[in-house]
Amino acid sequence: MHNRYPLWKYLLILGVVTLGFIYALPNLYAPDPAVQISGQSGATTMDASTVEQVERQLQSQGIEYVGVELGENAVLVRLASEDEQMTARRTLQESLGGDFVVALNQAPTTPDWLVSLGGAPMRLGLDLSGGVHFLLEVDTASAIETRQEITADEMKGTLREERIRYNALEVEDDQSILARFRSAELRDQALALMEDEYDTLVFQTEDAGEEDFRFTAQLSETAISEIEDYALGQNLVTLRNRVNELGVSEPVVQRQGGNRIIVQLPGVQDTAEAKRVIGKTANLEFRLEAGPDTLVSMKEEFPYRSEADKQRFGGAELERQIILTGDHVANATSSFDAETNMPQVNITLDGLGGTKMHRATRDNVGRRMGVLFIEHKTRTEFETNEAGEQVEVRENYVEREIISLATIQSALGKQFRITGLESPAEASELALLLRAGALAAPMYFVEERTIGPSLGAENIQTGLNSVVLGLALVLVFMLIYYRVFGIFANLALGANILLLVAVMSLLGATLTLPGIAGIVLTVGMAVDANVLIFSRIREELKEGASPQSAIYSGYERAFVSILDANITTLLVAVILYAIGTGPVQGFAVTLSIGILTSMFTAIMGTRALANLVYGRRRNLKKIWI
Amino acid sequence: MLPESKVINFMGWRKTCATISIVLLLASIVSLATRGLEFGLDFTGGSQVELGFDRPADLSTIRSVLGEQGLENPVAILFGSDSEVLIRTQDALSDGVLEQLEEGLASLSDSATIADVRNAASDQTQFSEVLVFNGVSESALRSADLFDPRYYGRTQIATEGEAVTVAVENALDNVYSQFLIDALEEATGASINLRRSEFVGPQVGEELRDQGGLGMLFALAVVMIYVAIRFQYKFSIGAVLALVHDVIIVLGVFSVLRLDFDLTVLAAVLAVIGYSLNDTIVVFDRVRENFRKMRRGTTNEVINTSLTQTLERTLLTSLTTLLVLLVLYFFGGELISGFAFALIVGVLVGTYSSVYVSANILSAMHLTKEDLMPPPKEGEEQEELAP
Repeated sequence: MHNRYPLWKYLLILGVVTLGFIYALPNLYAPDPAVQISGQSGATTMDASTVEQVERQLQSQGIEYVGVELGENAVLVRLASEDEQMTARRTLQESLGGDFVVALNQAPTTPDWLVSLGGAPMRLGLDLSGGVHFLLEVDTASAIETRQEITADEMKGTLREERIRYNALEVEDDQSILARFRSAELRDQALALMEDEYDTLVFQTEDAGEEDFRFTAQLSETAISEIEDYALGQNLVTLRNRVNELGVSEPVVQRQGGNRIIVQLPGVQDTAEAKRVIGKTANLEFRLEAGPDTLVSMKEEFPYRSEADKQRFGGAELERQIILTGDHVANATSSFDAETNMPQVNITLDGLGGTKMHRATRDNVGRRMGVLFIEHKTRTEFETNEAGEQVEVRENYVEREIISLATIQSALGKQFRITGLESPAEASELALLLRAGALAAPMYFVEERTIGPSLGAENIQTGLNSVVLGLALVLVFMLIYYRVFGIFANLALGANILLLVAVMSLLGATLTLPGIAGIVLTVGMAVDANVLIFSRIREELKEGASPQSAIYSGYERAFVSILDANITTLLVAVILYAIGTGPVQGFAVTLSIGILTSMFTAIMGTRALANLVYGRRRNLKKIWI
Repeated sequence: MLPESKVINFMGWRKTCATISIVLLLASIVSLATRGLEFGLDFTGGSQVELGFDRPADLSTIRSVLGEQGLENPVAILFGSDSEVLIRTQDALSDGVLEQLEEGLASLSDSATIADVRNAASDQTQFSEVLVFNGVSESALRSADLFDPRYYGRTQIATEGEAVTVAVENALDNVYSQFLIDALEEATGASINLRRSEFVGPQVGEELRDQGGLGMLFALAVVMIYVAIRFQYKFSIGAVLALVHDVIIVLGVFSVLRLDFDLTVLAAVLAVIGYSLNDTIVVFDRVRENFRKMRRGTTNEVINTSLTQTLERTLLTSLTTLLVLLVLYFFGGELISGFAFALIVGVLVGTYSSVYVSANILSAMHLTKEDLMPPPKEGEEQEELAP
């Protein structure tokens, strides 16, 4: 029976608590109210002159500021007081003009030495910081349809090359491709060809009657989930870029489940603006202009997007076959041609896009290529149903318009440019459209929450008060009930909260109001382990054990109970996290971390203290418990 | 402090308590079946706005103003203090604006309708939504002055074939909440600020509800398996029945009192599962230990001894947890009060159930020493005894 810890255990506990203290520390520094200035697009550069201009403006308006810092892509102005935030934002936005985005921000004041150790305060959830939360749903079905359309076009091309005649080849409503042939022989020839080429498709044959031999091609389950995954991933990236345009300090753009994306913009109050920027849903398609010998079924007429062009040209006929879509556009910028000094748009494609573009253009030099701008829109109509109620019917539809039609000068690769644009404004708009257009599938808002900043501040205050008051009550209670051991438990409880805050800060977990509730609950439940141990020690003492052996067996015997009880609670917390969204997850995170840290502090921590105080005394007669 | 030498005869009350439990369960189930739960916005979908008044709010005035507005079945209640009001409706807030616009249109022309509301095109960077009107001319719309810039911001009116489109700068739901605030300020003379505004699509709510229920079942299943592995199947039946008992009663209390059941309350109910389980496991642990240690004694005597030994701990932990929950309930603010209340009920019921449901079931299933003797060759026996 040894109530002694080896030195390393004491050092370990001391080390962990010290680390906990260091990483919990950043939360004590209140952030400065600030405004952040960033460029409207990547092309706008931030340099010392911007800083100078900002400072001049602030001084002339008599706005007190603490500092102006030039960051990588933004200038951060720390203000003296919160009241000046709005004024500063307005004046700066007016003086800098539309190329810059000025956004409200909270600048952390963590000292440098803490930052260099990786210390950062906990992130605050929207319910604490104020801001907006959007839940967007990605229409993955339309991404699948697009893919099938492209495949169907490719199939037609292959069949033509191989001189296999087909009667029809179309994408059906259930998103399968249906091909019809005059003879079984032709069908089987085609099928063999396609089966070789497409391993993501599941083929089935069907004989529908005389001179009607068919095969259908359906995407396999894995292919479908891959496409959905890709569409969601692509939309995530696009959304991140758009959200960056808003210049919000710490935006969250996160996938949720199979087809949804969460966007959280702390500190943003203007939901209208946020929706304007985020809600744009568009894509691009590059297609060749239809030639004189293109079959009628292989071409399609589209209107021009710009009003002037609509008047002038009406429309143009493009091939149905899509060379590639906007997903492959990596970047687009506008500039001037060095020789002619005419405006142009420089396009960079990703690797696969470059290959496809090269293949499609090398044999078509001299022909024209059109860029189609595709927008998915929602139409809302009001209909009267059978019960005589007005019901809202939302219908999604697609608008396709030509934004550019230019002659191919030479085979194109990963990088090419579109010339022949009339004005720099036109060039920059085209570049913007090309950049903005890269959404793999349309999205719709399905949830929207806004929390005012005053409510957020109030929530922090009430949350903090609850933690402090709850903690105080528990501390007093434990002290009265368990005396010396109560002190041990209380120290452990303090260390537990310290560690909880430190772990949350380190993990970059977001603190929410239910999260604070989780902390409060942890405070109440964290003493459970100590209560179990201490009541066991008392029991042992009553049964006549010596104090040393009572302490020893108290810890030993209670351990199993504590372990079982905490593992089950932890399991529930993990399930909570897995099924939950927002508030539920925030709660689950603090609860699980709280369970783990409390196991450490309540068992090892208090044991270390008990050992330190009582462990070395051979003739211990009495312990205060 | 309790005299440890005396064993309290907990199981003497087992029948009475079983009756109480059954009555409570039946009452809860009846209430859940007939009245159901008052699902909050999270689960039903719809919109709500929380408004802060600079003076005590007059709910009847507010309700009459809401009645004049275009929303269907709006509900206004005080939220937290007498100067904070929560307004909730089943519709999206933008519907209110559309309703008003339709009224305005009716005075212009009989055939005028709103055909569509769509997202603004990508190049219309200053606008958030586009309204499409049928049966009305561009000039009529321009002169009618339907779009007050104070609410709608910039507007751009254009003719698009048969239809007239109006691109508006502010999203319609923002327009409507501003409408509402202005109308209420005028009627009550108070100055109002928007504290919170939420919209949840109906489908999302439904999904969350399913997910929550599924999660709860899953949690119970995992618990059952864990307890069966760590203890024995009789224990796992006892634990799970106790949890089901607690969950149903907490839900029942919410149903009887017509309290809002939202996501945070769901989290609380799941936390109740965790908490109550914690309690039950501690008791079970002692029962297991005593069965192995005590040479003599009937099942009930062993259980009584175990419960007596763990009573101090059970009461103390419940007490500290209740202390902090009461603090949370009274000082944590309105957003968290439902959460705290569910947990308070849960801790009370959970403490009771770890004694009178889970232990009671052990007794009812005649737990014996042999059940706990390793190795567990229980295949045949299980078949006989499994309910």
